[in-house]
Amino acid sequence: MSAAAENVPGEAKVIPIESAPSWNSPDGPGLADRLAGAVGGALSGQLGPAATRMFGKGWEGRATERLAFLRRRLTGDYEVDEFGFDRELTEEVVLSLLRPLAEKYFRIDVQGIEHIPAEGGALIVANHSGTLPLDALMTQVVVHDHHPHRRHLRMLAADLVFVLPGVNELARKSGHTLACNEDAQALLERGEVVGVWPEGFKGIGKPFSERYKLQRFGRGGFVASALRAKVPIVPCSIVGAEETYPMIGNVKTLARLLGLPYVPVTPTFPWLGPLGMLPLPTKWTIRFGEPIATDGYPAEAADDPMLVFDLADEVRETIQHTLYHLLVQRRSVFF
Amino acid sequence: MHAGRSVEGMGCSTVGVVVLVTGVARHLGARFAAEVRRRPGVDRVVGVDVQPPGLPVEEPDGPAAPYTFHQLDLRRPVLSRVLAEYQVDTVVHLSVSATGLGSTNRSAVKESNVIGTMQLLGACQKAPGVRRLVVKSTTGVYGSAPRDPAVFSERIQPKDPPGGGFAKDAAEVEGYVRGFARRRPDVAVTVLRFANILGPSADTPLGEYFSLPVLPTVLGYDPRLQFVHEDDAVAVLCRAADEPLPGTVNTGTFNVAGEGVLLLSQCARRLGRPTLPVLLPAVSWMAVLARQTRLVDVSPEQLRLLTHGRVVDTTRLRETFGYRPAFSTPEAFADFAASRGPGLLPPERLAAVTDRLSALLGPDGPAAVPDAVPNRPRRPRS
Repeated sequence: MSAAAENVPGEAKVIPIESAPSWNSPDGPGLADRLAGAVGGALSGQLGPAATRMFGKGWEGRATERLAFLRRRLTGDYEVDEFGFDRELTEEVVLSLLRPLAEKYFRIDVQGIEHIPAEGGALIVANHSGTLPLDALMTQVVVHDHHPHRRHLRMLAADLVFVLPGVNELARKSGHTLACNEDAQALLERGEVVGVWPEGFKGIGKPFSERYKLQRFGRGGFVASALRAKVPIVPCSIVGAEETYPMIGNVKTLARLLGLPYVPVTPTFPWLGPLGMLPLPTKWTIRFGEPIATDGYPAEAADDPMLVFDLADEVRETIQHTLYHLLVQRRSVFF
Repeated sequence: MHAGRSVEGMGCSTVGVVVLVTGVARHLGARFAAEVRRRPGVDRVVGVDVQPPGLPVEEPDGPAAPYTFHQLDLRRPVLSRVLAEYQVDTVVHLSVSATGLGSTNRSAVKESNVIGTMQLLGACQKAPGVRRLVVKSTTGVYGSAPRDPAVFSERIQPKDPPGGGFAKDAAEVEGYVRGFARRRPDVAVTVLRFANILGPSADTPLGEYFSLPVLPTVLGYDPRLQFVHEDDAVAVLCRAADEPLPGTVNTGTFNVAGEGVLLLSQCARRLGRPTLPVLLPAVSWMAVLARQTRLVDVSPEQLRLLTHGRVVDTTRLRETFGYRPAFSTPEAFADFAASRGPGLLPPERLAAVTDRLSALLGPDGPAAVPDAVPNRPRRPRS
């Protein structure tokens, strides 16, 4: 951390690319040199001890890590998979931003994380609620943080997500894809943990009076995908998300005008303006249930509509019963 | 210059093959014609196009003479004569292209693509000697839409097929080729859907875009892109024009793309070119302006690609066709980037700044950091 370190001989070798142009411009020291010189001078002066006092011991190490991360981001030296999943960005940025919400704000109680296999594909099926898909984001955080193998949840999202600018970019980078059979199967066959919220907009946009009543589970396409990929289905019940934004009304005309499935009215939104966007600090429980095995069925089982509907019903019933069970146990909405 | 690397799997089982190549005036066509001529067993290569090849095909070391060139317009029914005259048995159709030679008139390009293919197929149908047909298509036939699956396999029917432009031409061409395959079951038909072809010397519309000093992007979208190196494109075409290797099938439809995916933002950073995010309507407007001023040719379908991106599944290429591209998508892009001048924000310079800063933090910090940053693969694996 001294200015002497500026001249370590090893640092010249960090330009490995044969096409690298000389970054020292011929006319005097380049921007990099001047910047480095200034920072070095400051650190060897009074700023160094001050920084140690402020950020605690070992701040140099952390700062070096951040710089390495910054370097990879700035030079595009990172990988994304075919679905656009940017693992580094998800771990370093997205999950770090969501984590306080999961741990401090909703104080999520996670149960049954051991039901998610350590490796190989699995399909997590959960109930959907809360006007905004916070439940899906929180599930992603807890699966990563609580699972011993730090697995990433790859969610299947509504097509609206991939139409909206900004949102689609973030969704792809955090590993999510469109809810369609092809993508679901491709992810499951690659051995990913896939999350699906089969109620869709019917579930997330249901009025507060119908809270914790599971809606219809679509066409059961998720069951067919799991059967084809022969991966277990893990039912997941989420309690607490229903009360984050209690939806007491729906401005249908505006929703039609904007092309949205619903425009919610909650006790705080839109009355309090942006402040009304703040979710209520409810206490959440996320429970992963016993996995339902699908590898015992023959290969053509996915094309048997009766079996698919039966399995979808079984998953739905399991989630509904677990929800009732958790609701009975719950002391209060907020604690 | 890359010939030594790209030619592999030269297995040839037939003797005295006569190959007809359309679209030899373009870069890919010229390279393929030269390449296929060097292959053993190929007796003669006949190249046709509407205008003579721009770059002369040099054969410095090969004993073979350059191919025979015929200047003809595919839209006119004159090809039958050529097919009969040389007793052609393999037809490689490369002239379906996004841009016209000399003319940028969209309807002329469309006519040359679609009517040209119809005439070609008609001539082939009447030529009993034709045994093999290879057609260059594009992954553009899948379109680019937010409501389609993230990864297209050959069987997927897109929900939102291309509504116009080159991609629609290619989709129509593929339709006619399927019809031809039904009528002439004795002909081995291969349709190759290429991702965007990049290489040090390939001049494709996407290459032009990446040569801009500042890259306009669509605000709020970061498309996934896939590239195929032109060496791989030539190698795949050569394989398709030849008898299949044992244990592989080279007839049918195949996606051709390098492994892996790059995001547009990643491409820009690796090129060292700053991006300028613009709202979608403004981008469309800029594209129209750029087209009219002949600055860059950004077609609406290319704009859709740069908004929503497109990724194809290449399992069939690797497992059925039996070809693993030598260049992955990042490697193909790196080779392309190396051939362009440094941008305004060279990645090396940015890396040097962060490295210098972390070096300042001294030996307390993880000393291995500069080494821990992996060198980007600049060269192909093989």
